[in-house]
Amino acid sequence: MSDLTVSRESLKRVDLVVADGRIDSSTAPQFDAVLKECLAGGNANIVVNLSGVSYMSSAGLRALISALREAKGRGGQIAIAAPSERVSEVLELAGVATLFDVYDDQTSAVGSF
Amino acid sequence: MSQEHVRTIPGRYEEIQNICAFMVQGAKEAGLDESALFHVELACDEACTNIIEHAYGDEGQGDIVASWQIDGNDFIMMLHDDGRVFNPDDVPDPTMPNQLTGEAALDSLQVGGLGIHFMRKLMDEVRYQFDPDQGNTLILVKKIGQE
Repeated sequence: MSDLTVSRESLKRVDLVVADGRIDSSTAPQFDAVLKECLAGGNANIVVNLSGVSYMSSAGLRALISALREAKGRGGQIAIAAPSERVSEVLELAGVATLFDVYDDQTSAVGSF
Repeated sequence: MSQEHVRTIPGRYEEIQNICAFMVQGAKEAGLDESALFHVELACDEACTNIIEHAYGDEGQGDIVASWQIDGNDFIMMLHDDGRVFNPDDVPDPTMPNQLTGEAALDSLQVGGLGIHFMRKLMDEVRYQFDPDQGNTLILVKKIGQE
């Protein structure tokens, strides 16, 4: 069984992606595929709820950065909702925390669009 | 120096978590705190991912020999592979220059080197040894009591 579950839901103005579990080199392709589905579906505004993600390596970060580049290129944005302390540390370590819009909860992130 | 603890695991992404758990167990025995345990786990994860991606070129091409030991105030992790020469020092730092923001920062970021960047930031020492007969050995050191 995978250590990660990822769901996608299309809301009025954004696509909502909810990840739960570990995002590492083993599971990042699953996360990346869902982000690409959102972009392929025509929505360049995405909220990624990471409240259930206990661990994320650079493999997960690469998926997020790749999606952000694609979204920005189409005038969109990626908002991250409720990252754990560990995930926030990873964003800071990479120096990319300021590139994403980060919100304390999903409602605020969705409402920002 | 403490006894060396060794484990050999197939070079597959799904096995990395087991290598990291082995290292984290050693770090616990060394007395590292929760924050440092996370740093050990992440650095080990990034190192193993690089071995599979760059030294072996793919999954299932060879084993990773993981070992740890405690030497004074040093918790020492070693990761050995028989793949191609891969010196982390040859990889430039991927982080964006601080003066860049927004689109310029995003454009400047080279995500390929993030794993090595993490190892350098999280560990107190990152050393590399290559032997034509023995292969690559990456040595990661975390100072005990300086977390």
